[in-house]
Amino acid sequence: MTETGASSHRVAGTDKDVLVKVENLQKYFPVQTTSLFRRNHDQVHAVDGVTLEVRRGETLGPVGETGCGKSTLARCIARLCDVSAGRVIFDGRDITGLTPRQMRPLRREMQIIFQDPYGSLNPRRRVGSIIGDPFALHGIADGAERKRKVQEVMELVGLKPEHFNRFPAEFSGGQRQRIGVARALALRPKLIICDEPVSALDVSIQAQIINLLVDLQREFNLTYIFIAHDLSVVRHVSDRVAVMYLGKVAELAPAEDLYQVPRHPYSNALLSAVPVPDPKKSSDRHQIILIGDVPSPIDPPAGCRFHPRCPKAQERCATEEPALASVLGDSAEHVTACHFPVEKGEDLSNTSRVSVPPSGSQTT
Amino acid sequence: MSLSPGDIVAIEKVGVSAGVPPPEGAAATVIEGRSPWRLAYERLRRDRASMISLGVIVLIILVAIFAPVVAAITGHGVYEQFRTTGLSPDGLPVSPSSHFLLGTDDQGRDILVRVAYGARISLIVGVVATLLEVVIGTVLGLAAGYFGKVVDTVIARVIDIVLSIPFLLFAISLVSISHPSLTIVIVVIGIFGWAAVARVVRGQVLSLREKEYIEAARALGAGPWRIMFIDILPNIVAPIIVYTTLLIPVTIVIEASLSYLGVGVPPPTADWGTMISGAQQVYQQAWWYLLFPSAALLITTVAFNIFGDGLRDALDPRAEQIYK
Repeated sequence: MTETGASSHRVAGTDKDVLVKVENLQKYFPVQTTSLFRRNHDQVHAVDGVTLEVRRGETLGPVGETGCGKSTLARCIARLCDVSAGRVIFDGRDITGLTPRQMRPLRREMQIIFQDPYGSLNPRRRVGSIIGDPFALHGIADGAERKRKVQEVMELVGLKPEHFNRFPAEFSGGQRQRIGVARALALRPKLIICDEPVSALDVSIQAQIINLLVDLQREFNLTYIFIAHDLSVVRHVSDRVAVMYLGKVAELAPAEDLYQVPRHPYSNALLSAVPVPDPKKSSDRHQIILIGDVPSPIDPPAGCRFHPRCPKAQERCATEEPALASVLGDSAEHVTACHFPVEKGEDLSNTSRVSVPPSGSQTT
Repeated sequence: MSLSPGDIVAIEKVGVSAGVPPPEGAAATVIEGRSPWRLAYERLRRDRASMISLGVIVLIILVAIFAPVVAAITGHGVYEQFRTTGLSPDGLPVSPSSHFLLGTDDQGRDILVRVAYGARISLIVGVVATLLEVVIGTVLGLAAGYFGKVVDTVIARVIDIVLSIPFLLFAISLVSISHPSLTIVIVVIGIFGWAAVARVVRGQVLSLREKEYIEAARALGAGPWRIMFIDILPNIVAPIIVYTTLLIPVTIVIEASLSYLGVGVPPPTADWGTMISGAQQVYQQAWWYLLFPSAALLITTVAFNIFGDGLRDALDPRAEQIYK
């Protein structure tokens, strides 16, 4: 069920250009519901057979609803959790089975920026020691040398180096996120995983942090995996976007391609749900309202994961799982896992299974 | 670059202190963070009951330290029996007077001196045994909470077992097998007391280890020991301190109980529990023999309890919100 044509979208570019390669990655979480006499071993299929590559210097943006597995994917790549099946190859090295101890030296090369700038900084530690941690943990600098390096990084991300001795509680949300960025950047990693780095911030602050991240990427040739659920943010920062649904990649394409010609019906629905800040335009457009909820990842639907909610679904979708491949004459870069991809200009909101929305309402 | 109002204030302060020779700390306070400890200390200082009880605790500690001085001033040794002046003709203790300020006991010894010396035993046991409990309890609680799985199961079961053993009965039999001594008392109390601490610590760790900053530490490559002691421990030090302060009076009372039952610190060492036990025979004729050691015990435990409560209020993170 997870063959998904592992190599079908292996596109131009040698392995030298690839920093992270994920092959058929699966991550199941056991759910134990113990009743008196029996124990159910259900599993949440958080990530279920994802194959993709992250190229050096690019920004890959996994998008999707809550629970589609994008954060789990990131945590598996960073090896913060074990992988159920499949392989993660980082910088030419298979890191799938490495123990935490073996991972340690590799932590210098991949870092994470977390979503919640309040939860990701230890409230009992001073900013200097939080940002100094990477240096201390990897034995890179000590004492005055470390302090100097920390202050350098602080300046780089737009913090005042004099605030070295302050506590996280004395900073605003945006400043705290800068601390998180500084910590991730301290060792100049090759890969930074941004796990919804701006979702918890004010819109005005979001722009600052995003611009900071973009500038830093340019300056240090960083590779980002940029997770977000705000599609306009993703469009702005990503080179390529991976639309995920229920633990699988539904569509993977260069950002502009995806926003111009989304092929997967789910991508179409997702894009049509982006709020338009103009009420007139908003009432004119055709919003695709999906019926029902996301099925339980404990027992995902057979065939195409999306078929129970898909306006274009046919019998074949319920039995045969579509593989990622370029469709309808798209470039090899643009791959879609759908039997009946959406043509350009096709209006899904008129399909029989979809109710025409009252203007301005959101997708459910 | 935009400046927040705070930055401007900071710059002004720096400017001012750059012109004038900086009064120590003026420039530093601009940069220096206000640590959670500092905030807690400032709150504690405003709490009158805590400060008074702290004063009482300090006083008791001073009395314990300077017990020999008390003995020297009165001229009465701690073991010295004054059979002529310290006992009435029919062999009963003499009441408080200018000579024996708090009276004497049934052996003709000065109660003032013995209460002062008794403070030493109470404080030593109270502090050392409590520290023993807290250290064992914290380490095991941290391990149980952080590692989880088998480690947690084993430690949690041991905690349950220890907590379900009737402490006094066990302590009495344990002490009576071996020779009663100060060390034995401390060890026995430590062995039984850690479980409650471990349970508290474990609960705190269970909730803390899900925090994002713990995951951040792991993402940086921190090992389990570093995470436990550098990332988690500082966040639970406050409840541990409060718990410790409230555990000290409990330990003092347990020690006095053991001595009262005759399985604690052996006589003739001056000890409040032993004194209370001895006073039982004669308290109808010599109320002072019962009153003063009991009062010393009461004042000590009350002082620690009030101080512990004050500490909890000061360290409570919810209170912190108000002062932010």
